[in-house]
Parts: sequence; structure tokens; C-alpha cells
Amino acid sequence: MAVPLAFFAVFFAYPVAAIVTQGLRVGGQWRFGRIAEVVTDPATLDVLWFTCWQAVASTALTLAVALPGAYVFARFDFPGKGLLRAVVTVPFVLPTVVAGSAFLALLGRGGLLDELWGVRLDTSVWAILLAHVFFNYAVVVRTVGGLWAQLDPRQEEAARVLGASRLSAWRRVTLPALAPAVAAAALMVFLFTFTSFGVIQILGGPRYATLEVAIYRETAQLLDLPTAAVLTLVQFAAVAAVLALHAWTVRRRESALRLVDPGRTARRPNGPAQWALLWGVLAVVALLIVTPLAVLVERSLSGPDGYGFTYYEALESAADSGGTFFVAPMEAIGNSLRYAAVATVFALAVGGLAAAALTRKAGRLVQGFDALLMLPLGTSAVTVGFGFLIALDEPPLDLRASWVLVPLAQALVGVPFVVRTMLPVLRAVDHRLREAAAVLGASPWRVWREVDLPLVGRAVAVAAGFAFAVSLGEFGATVFIARPDQPTLPVAIARFLGRAGQLSYGQAMALSTILMLVCAGSLLALERIRTDRSGEF
Amino acid sequence: MNSQLRRAVSAALLGSVALGALVGCGGDSKGGADSKTVTLVTHDSFAASKAVLKEFTKETGYKVRVQAGGDAGAAVNQAILSKGHPQGDVFFGVDNTLLSRALDNDLFTPYTAKGLDKVPAALQLDRAEHRVTPVDFGDICVNYDRKYFADKKLAPPRTLEDLTEPAYKNLLVTENAATSSPGLGFLLATAARYGDDGWKGYWKKLRANGVEVVDGWEQAYYDRFSGSTGGGKGDRPLVVSYASSPPAEVADAKTKPAKAPTGVATGTCFRQVEFAGLLNGAGNTKGGKALLDFLLSKRFQEDVPLNMYVNPAREDAELPELFTRYGTRIADSATLAPQKIAKNREPWVKTWSSLVL
Repeated sequence: MAVPLAFFAVFFAYPVAAIVTQGLRVGGQWRFGRIAEVVTDPATLDVLWFTCWQAVASTALTLAVALPGAYVFARFDFPGKGLLRAVVTVPFVLPTVVAGSAFLALLGRGGLLDELWGVRLDTSVWAILLAHVFFNYAVVVRTVGGLWAQLDPRQEEAARVLGASRLSAWRRVTLPALAPAVAAAALMVFLFTFTSFGVIQILGGPRYATLEVAIYRETAQLLDLPTAAVLTLVQFAAVAAVLALHAWTVRRRESALRLVDPGRTARRPNGPAQWALLWGVLAVVALLIVTPLAVLVERSLSGPDGYGFTYYEALESAADSGGTFFVAPMEAIGNSLRYAAVATVFALAVGGLAAAALTRKAGRLVQGFDALLMLPLGTSAVTVGFGFLIALDEPPLDLRASWVLVPLAQALVGVPFVVRTMLPVLRAVDHRLREAAAVLGASPWRVWREVDLPLVGRAVAVAAGFAFAVSLGEFGATVFIARPDQPTLPVAIARFLGRAGQLSYGQAMALSTILMLVCAGSLLALERIRTDRSGEF
Repeated sequence: MNSQLRRAVSAALLGSVALGALVGCGGDSKGGADSKTVTLVTHDSFAASKAVLKEFTKETGYKVRVQAGGDAGAAVNQAILSKGHPQGDVFFGVDNTLLSRALDNDLFTPYTAKGLDKVPAALQLDRAEHRVTPVDFGDICVNYDRKYFADKKLAPPRTLEDLTEPAYKNLLVTENAATSSPGLGFLLATAARYGDDGWKGYWKKLRANGVEVVDGWEQAYYDRFSGSTGGGKGDRPLVVSYASSPPAEVADAKTKPAKAPTGVATGTCFRQVEFAGLLNGAGNTKGGKALLDFLLSKRFQEDVPLNMYVNPAREDAELPELFTRYGTRIADSATLAPQKIAKNREPWVKTWSSLVL
């Protein structure tokens, strides 16, 4: 527990506290009066209200749409499943400007649905909610599906043999086992949508603002640090309340489960109902996730003289002839992969140790620690970015110009995913297995290697996938601290999007498509590694 | 995981983090103290030819290290937060809308760069003290889709007044003045033209005439504007963008058209001037001064247009053909004193939001 705690103290709590303090302390005097002023401002209350209800609605909608998907991915075997699972995670890494504009091409004015049925969703709340489903589908499929695939279906079958109906068997056997994972997924989706930034800006138009948007405006545009500090505290308080609620509802439900190899639980759909479910889920995925992504690919290929690789070629030639603005795509891919790999290692080490500590220990202190680990998801990137800048600028921690800042900031966002995916699985591992192994003379290391590791191997892979995807796509904090001569893919995309011209736009789309492929490819590779290992048991 | 193992892993991890930190300290961050490197702090749209930066190194022996952070506003605010203990030696990218904030915070050390006599007086907004040096300027203007107006046989608008005419109803899309710098520039253009109170009435008329507001330039230009050759196909033929957007539209075309697909409404512009300055507390003052001289050198100035799509500050810098052929010289751009912008920026944006959104 010491390592994760130290990591968070140095790279999260300290920088954030530094920036908040800077806002609330003027000339050596605390200005707490400012808190009351901002909190009671009707504008703040409006923002808080909108932030809350859209997050609740988004979470509910995401769960409703994605839980059947989690079931299908966990229990059914169908060709292309691995690929599709990688594809649904892609929205996660795309810059919201890019994904949002693809989404608008589908749902907005003059979009596909507009042409077909006159359905327009731009500037409506529906666009925001659906976009949140688009971005967070993978959270539910991966977190819940990860555990679901390892639940032994024979328990439910046993219940049915004993006379329970299909529904009640599911309700009494499977649902309680899944509850912690569902709650974990819901919590993450909630935190993501609660702190939604890009989606709200693009699809909501300027009328809607979340706390996150307000914090960004106050910090980066207006330099009103006192107001930003208060809003940050409000966001913290709200997030803390949600975390407390989560801890309270989930705590007692986690129990040891019989976990089995996911390869054995998935089978081909059987009967018309299961086929209908599979096709239904595939249709939703196709409409909501694959089509917007396809729009991007289509745009990246439709050059001035018809379809072709013009924009991709332009990326290469621009990098050869151009200035510091241009970076060769291979170089940006290299930067992105390098940063993301280091960030994933940090996140897995910190998150894994934290999850292990949380499994073994109980008590209020540990619960507080659990909540602390989730806080980075509820903190705005600009707060973290500015915090890094003013806090980590003096020896012994003078990291102002160090490349390590980027993976550190990215790992902060990755750790919560690692903890939340590993925790339900780790807690589900039956103690008696470990004890039995120990009694039979296995060393503790061997117990861990032979009992825990094979059972949580899948969770580790899922967690690594998340951490990697989050790091690949991280933009908000990276743009503050990445060196301009070493931009990541999202940063390079934003640069191209920032200037006029067909070629610039096409290059941005081409780079986005590359980012998509890199993400899907990396996730597939991760799954492959996992399958190899799980063959051992 | 047993406790022994955990301790071993912890130790290893702490070690590696510490090592990373050490490497970070020892390697890169020494840059400021190293007299052969000069660090340019800027925003993320800074760009220069690699060849030109190499030339600087050849002439002076200094290597330029570029340190960027966010958009122009965020970069200035970062510089203010780290004042006295700056991230580098020279800051580039504070514009006239943010200049007062930077100067009031005592960000810069005065220095008169070589070549300043070739910069028009109108751009030298800190003429008395030379804390900042003008490097480039650009104009935020309403752009129009040539094809749309030709097809409709309608003359494109030229002035701010025109935009409120019924003929141009529901045609204009602009950016949120609270979050976007062209959005703010357009608001300031109207404030400069109609005065401290008059601009509100103008925006009421504009709103009645169906102006649409989106959050950022990318959405306005690529998603809503009908004239951009990239992006989707928007249906608004008027957009708030830059005077350099039309040249940018044809910059990469293989066969150059006679005219850019978009034009500029010359009576709607607001002038943005970008400055550089020597940071207070810079580690390498000498290198910083050399870099400032270089930013005003003809070589760098002539490199500016095609890299950042703005005009060089020096009068004698030659513009590339792309700009002379497809660009529009704006003779009477609106301007406002930086102090006035600093004082009114926040209340104006608040009022604007309540009027328009």
C-alpha cells in the first residue's frame, strides 16, 4: 500500500493541492469567503445540476445499452469477437473533437439519420447522452464482461435443475455475483460523464456546461484561480459523495466465487432467443460505434480526386519538407506507444499493488484509500496539468521538462481502471484455494503464481488494455506537458485540426484512423498474450 | 501476494520511479542552465522550419529547445503561474488580447530587439518599455463561401452592418467568445466598431438575424461552414475565421485555382498581434536576447507565413506568393488598447453570453 500511496501523494494530491491553494490563498491570506460566494452563485448551481443529471442519465443509458453487450461478449462465441471487442474500445482513444464530429456526421444536421428520417440530434441533450454511450460502451463490456466470462455457468444451471425459473436463477445466482463488477463499471461511467469535457463542448454547443468545462474556462482562459479552485473543490465533494455511496452499496456484496477459464464458458448461441440477442447487440454496436468510426475512415480516404491514400502520403511528405509543426506519423506513433507503454507499466504496478492491498485489508482507512485512487477520474485535466507545473518545478522533484511527466499524468488516469477491473476478480478468488496450496507446502510466491495469477490473469490483461487505451488517447494533460517536438498522436491530430484547408483536415482524419488502428492492434495483441498464458491452466 | 514479495516489488518500483526522476533531472531539465541551449516557451500552434532553426544554431551557437503548453491562453497563464521561476528563456505567443495580463504580472524583462525599426509603429504596443517584441499579426474576419453567393447571385457581405441585413439571415456561424480566440476577436471587433455599449445592440440584431454560436473554431469551420474544402458539408456560408484561411484552403492544392474557394469580408476584421519577450528570471539571458533578435530577423520573418499562417511583423519581409495571390490585405482592421481589453474582457464576455447564448 505504501507505493500507491506515495505515488498518489507526490503525483496527484500534492500538485492538485498546490494549485487549489494558489487559488485560495492570496498574499498569504486564506480567502475562504470566496468559497461561499462561488457555491451560492446561481450559475454554479445551474452547472452543478446539469452536470449531475446528465451524468446519471448517461450512466443509466450506457448500462442499459451495454449490459446485453457484456453478456454477449462474455458468453457467446462468434467469429471476429476479439476484433469487435478491440473496436468498441477505440472511441476511448479518439480525440473527442474527431469522434464528436464523426458522430455529428451521423446524427447531426444533414447527417445520415437526418437524410433518412429527418432525425437531428445536434445541440440536443440526446446527442450528449448517446455520445457518452459511444465513448463508454467499452467500460461496461470490458469490466462486467471480464468477470462474467469467468463465472461458472454450471451454478446457474444447478439452480435451474433445482427448479428455479431462468429469470430467478439468473437473479439469484448470476446477478449477485456480477453486482460488484456492474457497480464498478457504473462508477467509472459516472465519473467519466460527470467530468465530461469535449463531448459537452462539441455536441452540447455553448449552452451546456459541466463543472469540468467551467473549471477549464476559469483556469485556462480567464486565469480566475480562486473560482477555479472552488469549483475544483465542489467537483471533489460531489465525486467523494458518489464514491462513498458506491463503497457503501458494494462493500457487502463481494464474495468468493468460482472462477473458471473464460474459454470454457463461451459457446455458440443456441436457439432463436440467443441468436436474436446476438444480432441485436451486433446491430447496436454497428450503428452506434462502428458507423461513426467508419465515417472517419471514409473521410480519411476521400481525397480531392476520389478515394485514395492522398492524405496518408501527405503526412509523410509534409514531415520531410516541413517545419517543427509537422511530425512524421511513424514518429508520432512511436511517441504515443512509448508513452502509453510506460504509463501502462506505472498504472499496472501502482494499481495492482493497490488492488492487492485492498483485497487483503478492510476498515475505514482502506476504504478512504480506495476512494483516493478514484479521484483522478474526477479531477479536471487542466487542474492536474497546471498543478504539475507549479508543484513539480523545484528540486528534488524538478520534472518540468522531463518526458516522464507525460506517462505519469497518463498513469494517474489509468490507475483507477486497473483497480476497478482487478478488484472484483481478486476479491472473488476463494481464500481456501490459497490456504490449500499453502498447506500443501507451496511457498507464498508460488501460491501467488499458481493460484492468483492464473485466475486474475484475464483481469490484468483487461486492466492493461484499459490503461493502455486511456494513455493512448489522453489529451487534456498531455498537451500541457508533452514536448512539441515529441507530440503524441492526439496532440498531432489537434494540430492539424487547428488549421484551415482540405489537406490539413484530411491529414487529421488520416492520423485519427492510424490512432484507431494502433489502438485496436495493441488491444488485439494484449488479448493474444492473455490467451497464450491462460492456456496454462 | 505475500508481504515479503510486496516489499520487494515496492522497493523495486520506488527505485525505478526515483531513477526516472533522476534521469529526468539530470537529462532534460538542465537545458535552462546549459548556456548552449536557449528554451522557447510557447503555445502548441508554434511552428518554424527546421532549416531556419538550424541556421540560428549555426550563426549563434545556441540550440533552440521548444517547450509548448496548451493553446495561447493556457500558455500565457502557465507562464504567469511559473513567473520568477520560468520554464525557459523566451516566451512567444502572447497576443494583444492577453498582453496586459502578462505585463501586469511582470512577466518580461525589457529588451530592444534588432530590427524593431522595421516594424510598423501600430504593431508596437509596448513602445515605451520594450518588454515585448511584436513578431507577427493576423486578422480575425468573417469568411464567405464564394460558390454559395455566386449561385444565389447575392453579393457577399463586406461590413459588420451587412451581417444584420435580412439578405444574410441565418447564414453566419461564429465561435463562443468565452472559449475560443476567434470568437473573442469577433466580439472585440464589434466593441471597437460600436463602442462600449453599442455592441450589445449590434449583437441583439445579429441574434435576431439568426447567428449561430458553436464552441470552437474546428466545429464552426469544418462542421458548420459550407465553404471549407475539408470536413463535412455544413450549410452556413459565413463563418468567423482568419484572413489567412483562404490561402490555407489552396495551399496544398495540386493545381492552383484562380481564386480561393472562400473570401474575406474586409470590413469585419479584428487585428491580433503576437509578441515575444525575454522571461524574467531566465537562465540564459544572452541566448534569449539572441533568440529575440532572430525572431525579428528577415530570415525568420519570411518563414512565418507558411508555418503559422499569419503575417510577419517586419514591413520589409517578403510575403510568399500564396499570400500575395490568394490572401487579402486588410487595410482597416479594428483594434482596441490591451489595457481596455484586459479591463473589459470578463464583463463583456459575461454580457455577451447572456445576450447571445
